Amino acid sequence: MDRIPILRLGDCLIVAIQVDMHDRLALALQDDLTARIVKDSAKGVLIDISSLDIVDSFIGRMISNTAAMATVLDAQTVVVGMQPSVAITLVELGLTLDGVRTALNVERGMALLKQRRR
Amino acid sequence: MNQPKGAALVEVLARHRDTLLTDWMNQHLSIALRRGLTTEAEMADQFRSFLNVFVDTLTRADTLDGNRPEWEPVRAYLAEISTHRARQGFTPAETATFVFSLKQPLYARLREAFGNQPSELADTSWSVNMLLDALGIYTTEVFQRSREAIILRQQEELLELSTPVVQLWEGILALPLIGTLDSARTQVVMESLLQKIVETGAAIAIIDITGVPTVDTLVAQHLLKTVAAARLMGADCIISGIRPQIAQTIVHLGVDLTNVTTKSTLADAFIIALQRSGSSIDNVTRLQN
Repeated sequence: MDRIPILRLGDCLIVAIQVDMHDRLALALQDDLTARIVKDSAKGVLIDISSLDIVDSFIGRMISNTAAMATVLDAQTVVVGMQPSVAITLVELGLTLDGVRTALNVERGMALLKQRRR
Repeated sequence: MNQPKGAALVEVLARHRDTLLTDWMNQHLSIALRRGLTTEAEMADQFRSFLNVFVDTLTRADTLDGNRPEWEPVRAYLAEISTHRARQGFTPAETATFVFSLKQPLYARLREAFGNQPSELADTSWSVNMLLDALGIYTTEVFQRSREAIILRQQEELLELSTPVVQLWEGILALPLIGTLDSARTQVVMESLLQKIVETGAAIAIIDITGVPTVDTLVAQHLLKTVAAARLMGADCIISGIRPQIAQTIVHLGVDLTNVTTKSTLADAFIIALQRSGSSIDNVTRLQN
């Protein structure tokens, strides 16, 4: 089963979701990400969902949960690159990702993480 | 029973076609021409064509029931006229009169033809009456439908017109909302705002509700949805243009706007947006100090 790669940049972890998320992949990502945060003692996590065209309530909640988990492990989380259609869908589903910071693209997201840590 | 009546009617119509036309014209013209919506020539043309189609159908159809398929050509012609008139700005009554004003001259001719047979006259009159009523009602129906189509089209046009997203500054968008916010409109607003955020890479969006007449719980919910969607795209929203009454309504309704920055005027919101994005205008800084 393929897994979503987690890249490390300084003390930040970058997760780029490039494939269609299905439920098992999402759960595997949660396992991997939490393990990596602890192992690398990462201070920031950036999740790029710019290639994600379709979300359902499960994926929406999964993104929200992953961010919450990372926050519990003391890593700032930023979700970046959300498509307009995805944003509308999430809002209609009532998933406004309240505990999560968001940014338009990776560059802005990284800037936000740096600024937060200072 | 219907057969001879139809035939008799055809005969009467064919014999008196020209006088009938003139009478009918005189009846109807006074109403239709009054408001200068059409010309005499156009009217005469419409009457002549209608009478042709009418007589034609009457000759071929063996029924006087205007709702039967045999009468389709007449209905089609009336539909055309009704639609045309709806666009020209006639009232439904004036459009229906097009058919109804045929009654009086036609009855006059019928009375001449059946003058010595009262029962025949009554029967024929009744059938003709039913037929013309059906056709008249049909014109009203079509008129209504075409009016609704016009309204629908205008609504769509209005929807497109009323949701501009303007760029005020680098990274600052403004969304001046005018008119009532319903779900369909919110959808359009949301889509155009998010699209513009992607295009311009804006980090701040100002939603100005000066032109929104009333804010109820539903409108507030729509606003909050738009704010949430923009936030998911990484843009902060400021709601501006909140009038005193609306501030009161929002609090009375228990709508929670604590997570959103709100300002009373667009100017205030713009200054905050400038400060947040790290830009400044000399004049503005002076005013602030």
